[in-house]
Amino acid sequence: MESRGTVGRVDRKILVVEDLKTHFKLPAGMVKAVDGVSFDLKQGQTLGVVGESGSGKTVLSRTIMRLTLGNNVHTSGRVSFEDRDILSLSNKEMQKIWGLEMAMVFQDPMTSLNPVVKIGRQVTEHVRKHLNVSKSEAKATALQLLKGVRIPEAEARFNAYPHQLSGGMRQRVSIAIALACGPKILFADEPTTALDVTVQHQILNLLNLQQQERHMAMILVTHDLGVVAGRTNDIAVMYAGKIVEKAPTWMLFSRVQHPYTEALLRSIPRTNQKNHTRLSAIAGRPPDLINPPQGCKFSPRCPYAQDKCREEEPTLQAAQSDEHQFACWYPVGTPENKEAFEKNLAAQLPQTLAFAEGKVVDESVIDNAVALSGGGS
Amino acid sequence: MAGTGKAHLRDRAETLVRVEDLVMEFPAPGGKKVHAVSGISLDVAEGETLGIVGESGCGKSTTAKAMIQLPPPTSGSVEFDGTDITKLSPEELRQMRTDLQIIFQDPISSLNPRRKVGEVVAEPLRVWGPSDKNEQRVKVDTMLDAVGIDPDVARDKRAHEFSGGQCQRISIARALVLEPRVIICDEPVSALDVSVQAQILNLLEDLKAKYNLTLVFIAHDLAVVKNISDRVAVMYLGKLCEVSESNELYANPAHPYTSLLLGSSPEPDPLATINLEVVEEADLPSPINPPSGCRFRTRCPRATELCERVEPQIQKVTDNHYVACHFPLVEVEDLDETAVSALPQHEGK
Ligand SMILES: Nc1ncnc2c1ncn2[C@@H]1O[C@H](COP(=O)(O)OP(=O)(O)OP(=O)(O)O)[C@@H](O)[C@H]1O
Ligand SMILES: Nc1ncnc2c1ncn2[C@@H]1O[C@H](COP(=O)(O)OP(=O)(O)OP(=O)(O)O)[C@@H](O)[C@H]1O
Ligand code: SF4
Ligand code: SF4
Ligand SMILES: [Mg+2]
Ligand SMILES: [Mg+2]
Repeated sequence: MESRGTVGRVDRKILVVEDLKTHFKLPAGMVKAVDGVSFDLKQGQTLGVVGESGSGKTVLSRTIMRLTLGNNVHTSGRVSFEDRDILSLSNKEMQKIWGLEMAMVFQDPMTSLNPVVKIGRQVTEHVRKHLNVSKSEAKATALQLLKGVRIPEAEARFNAYPHQLSGGMRQRVSIAIALACGPKILFADEPTTALDVTVQHQILNLLNLQQQERHMAMILVTHDLGVVAGRTNDIAVMYAGKIVEKAPTWMLFSRVQHPYTEALLRSIPRTNQKNHTRLSAIAGRPPDLINPPQGCKFSPRCPYAQDKCREEEPTLQAAQSDEHQFACWYPVGTPENKEAFEKNLAAQLPQTLAFAEGKVVDESVIDNAVALSGGGS
Repeated sequence: MAGTGKAHLRDRAETLVRVEDLVMEFPAPGGKKVHAVSGISLDVAEGETLGIVGESGCGKSTTAKAMIQLPPPTSGSVEFDGTDITKLSPEELRQMRTDLQIIFQDPISSLNPRRKVGEVVAEPLRVWGPSDKNEQRVKVDTMLDAVGIDPDVARDKRAHEFSGGQCQRISIARALVLEPRVIICDEPVSALDVSVQAQILNLLEDLKAKYNLTLVFIAHDLAVVKNISDRVAVMYLGKLCEVSESNELYANPAHPYTSLLLGSSPEPDPLATINLEVVEEADLPSPINPPSGCRFRTRCPRATELCERVEPQIQKVTDNHYVACHFPLVEVEDLDETAVSALPQHEGK
């Protein structure tokens, strides 16, 4: 997967994101939903964005695409798409980019479908709106697109309403619409989370296939590391609005550096483990984004956390190679990490016991510890 | 109604729960019927965890609810500790309920967010438990403590003040408070983040050992089901496909549907081979008008005319592994072709 489709071709960076921040102003304070994210993406490449609920994945994609986020939003940083400064464009200028150059597939296909219009007509109208073609050409293109996303008996289904289709078929239609104008980048935000495993598998394959055929860039957002494992070039792991680790996919899995990534990987049960295998657990819960803990935001839950972690926030730095970055003072696999672990184990730190032995620890224990140490509120 | 057989059922002396020929039909518009569950037989040994997997709509929840008579099934029997609970009077059933508890996927909506946690957990005690308030309180505190929640902190708070994972623990405490022998868990971790899921799975394992519980665990995530189960039943469109000891099932799936599920399951391993060829989606059959013969035949790569005509019966693969398929993926011990072809023809569609 690593170099497939890129041999002999020098791919340009089509998206550069620098120190992007998206904060929401609420009466209780600022919600730092995205808090200083930087990455870039080359043409034809797929980036997986992984993280727990509330880590900022959706807000990040919507900010980059300039989709509405409400009027209490404050955005800063830079998003450069094909050398255009996206954050400074007017809505009118964005109209020429949406659907044509940037497209989005949502978790719920009904977000982009009209329930009372036949699917064939929805795709046809989308094609006509964006491409300068005749009605009959648009209709032919629409049919091609529906066949392209493997809708069985596309001709017959052309006149079906969305509710007459299964969830998987509806998602296919929304993918057809997203792909209609040949976008350069596709954002897919949990596109298969609501679907059964067999249908999920087909839809992910479909997205992969289209992405490769079109040499399109793709950002695949998911909470499931299994979904991105064999299907992306790179993975960015988000925690509390920040990227905490980013690496080529195979490297992330085999040379994990960040304790949060490690904990995520170890907490997932796998079909190749024997039954009743004790799972490593991540104690506590994701932080309050208005009053996040001081220092490293993962420190209240991290099995390796030391005083330094609670005082000073680590920033992204390169591991052995520049393409692998992580933000941690005691990265996994280092002697310092081992030492920190033994120290915490000896001190019977609840999150360390949860991780090491799968000990069941209540969230409030961790919450209280944060409150006592002065982090949070 | 042709059932899928009972070859996999164990001796009554070995099991605590025994479901036979369970059928659940719901009325559908136009005088039609939803064949939600069509002749399922299952048993669970004391102290065992039975996992049930299958896609959305295959009848997992319907089976689970019928096991506790909520609502009672259209037909079939559910034996608990030797008593057929489908034949009990309402009063007798009420007594029996204390032994059979259920927890659901969405803890927040099943908890009543405005009530105090102490009251929520005590709720079953008011109907079934001791009338003494102090005794009730001791029980509630013990159970909250057992699920890793500090009773002094939680007692007077309301459910909505807790996270999803904590709410699921509270609902487990509520299910435990009557000291049941069986807990049916209907997708208890499906709505939770992976980081929280592991805690709940570990907790259920601990509680099972501590209180000698028997569990029925429903989920659509194959890895989760394998982790917690001793034995796994695979369901498809109201029927049983395969029942097996769980490690054996995942190592040697015998039913084409089990194999399809395993091949689709996303593994968090970049070296796992993904079959990228599968892009098409089959039209899924409806439980209102299920296919004749084997219900999986419209999606099965091995289907033949026999599968259309004759419903496969459950047969033994090995001692702890049973499959309902005419052409299983592994060698079957005593496949009797003459018996298969001698079966009465299915009534068809
Ligand atoms: N309009 C808003 N006002 C205030 N806070 C918001 C708003 N939109 C999002 N947030 C907050 O921003 C944070 C990030 O949300 P986001 O939806 O990006 O998470 P996510 O990673 O996509 O989670 P999920 O996996 O649940 O989809 C959350 O804490 C959320 O509550
Ligand atoms: N009260 C009801 N009335 C009519 N049909 C019903 C009723 N309850 C369930 N069904 C139907 O019975 C079938 C089985 O439903 P059930 O909820 O048991 O499936 P499930 O396997 O639990 O699915 P999921 O994974 O989505 O929870 C479905 O087709 C469903 O629509
Ligand atoms: S910086 Fe410290 S607390 Fe944060 S992830 Fe690394 S070891 Fe854990
Ligand atoms: S009985 Fe036939 S259709 Fe059914 S699973 Fe077996 S081979 Fe496939
Ligand atoms: Mg989201
Ligand atoms: Mg269900």
